[in-house]
Amino acid sequence: MIEGFLRQDGRKGIRNHVAVAYLVECARHVASEIVLPYREAGAQVIGFPGCFPNDYAQKMMERLCTHPNVGAVLLVSLGCESFNRFQLAEAIAKSGRPVETIVIQKAGGTRTSVAEGQAWVAARIEELSRAERVPMGLEELVVGTVCGGSDGTSGITGNPAVGLAFDRLVGEGATCIFEETGELIGCEEVMAARAATPELGRELTRSVEKAARYYATLGYGSFAAGNAEGGLSTIEEKSMGAYAKSGSARIDGLIKPGDLPPKGGLYLMDVVPDGEVRFGFPNISDNAEIAEMMASGAHLTLFVTARGSVVGSAIAPVIKICANPETYARLSEDMDVNAGRILSGSSLTEVGAEIFDLTLAVASGRKTASEQLGHAEFILTYKSFEPIGPACLPS
Amino acid sequence: MSDTSEAPQLLRLAASDNVLVALGPVPAGPARITGGGVLTVERPVTLGHKVAARDIAAGEKIVKYGVPIGSATAAIASGSHVHTHNMKSDYTPTYVLDETSQGGRGD
Repeated sequence: MIEGFLRQDGRKGIRNHVAVAYLVECARHVASEIVLPYREAGAQVIGFPGCFPNDYAQKMMERLCTHPNVGAVLLVSLGCESFNRFQLAEAIAKSGRPVETIVIQKAGGTRTSVAEGQAWVAARIEELSRAERVPMGLEELVVGTVCGGSDGTSGITGNPAVGLAFDRLVGEGATCIFEETGELIGCEEVMAARAATPELGRELTRSVEKAARYYATLGYGSFAAGNAEGGLSTIEEKSMGAYAKSGSARIDGLIKPGDLPPKGGLYLMDVVPDGEVRFGFPNISDNAEIAEMMASGAHLTLFVTARGSVVGSAIAPVIKICANPETYARLSEDMDVNAGRILSGSSLTEVGAEIFDLTLAVASGRKTASEQLGHAEFILTYKSFEPIGPACLPS
Repeated sequence: MSDTSEAPQLLRLAASDNVLVALGPVPAGPARITGGGVLTVERPVTLGHKVAARDIAAGEKIVKYGVPIGSATAAIASGSHVHTHNMKSDYTPTYVLDETSQGGRGD
């Protein structure tokens, strides 16, 4: 059994953060200064850097500011940006969370904004520190998975081990989300065969075909130089490894960033924008993927890395599973699980069980390696999506 | 070198694969394969890289995990390193940095 913080909408959080959200890059410094003295106490910076209005950004920020791991929100506006801070503040207030907006141009500049913001954050942290955890069932837990810095070991150790943990989580009623359709290229057919209905299977296939077209237009696959250095030669090879994270459970639905899965089960997140290529690369770095997982309610993320990512995330803890034993030897302090030991005789089952057990412990409050090191990365950029079709969530 | 009591050095992921994966740094010469057998590796390769399990013709699919992961761009001799210099994606080109593209050659 795990324990979490009960929110007004009935969801439970596994952390109790004060989110300080900048609504344009011009307000980021003030937001960071506000958080600085309260980082250890649980204040974290999130935000959207752009100045142009964008439905995706508005939806993502609403989802993130009302994420179950967030207990209170301070919005930091420059004042002249296009982001609709009024709509965002209203959505947060409706969720029952304390919310305040500081407008730098009205508050009198940087110094006064920082002072006002820090006073508000200090008071909320004091209140949140008195909150108590309550029992939380696995059917209330949402777990995402991503991989970053993959290499030739990822598909053999870390990714299939996460797949086993996913199978067990789904079996016990949890909601699990995997993503990056651009890293499932070549896996369409085997994946579609696991869909709950044939119609959903066709939607899964279409989402990967869309990704292949999108990346073909960009001229690059979702493939970094380090992937090749570590032995991966093509996007299809990387995909076969990445796909293993999804385990073997039935796929219950296809969602887009910010859609909340309606019930427990396994879901694919379609992260590639709809329509013509407009805003560049779908996810510009790993934290963009994690932000989308969080926007769809993920309480924590299982992150498989082989070259050696050190990131964590604001709002939702990141459990780092190191696929490559040579990397683990160099970066062990940054890693939570040494999956590379599978190459020297440990079983996938044993490592999968370790990931499952650690997921439950982290959900109940145990700090991950990246949390202990103070990591709280966050990034969000422009995208556009059409709503999912009726076949995506069969009842 | 073919002493089977020692740990395997090359992983065969599926019976139909025409490449094997290095389980650690593998020196040139005979290397032990999981499930039995020995392959003579042409030159040293590093962890996670692939070597040809048999001769592969130019244009032939490279098969790993039992599925095609791309196509050979040149004839590849058994035991050779299989990577971006002699295979390509059937979807989008692979981007590499010149400074790190020698990765996998352990010599």
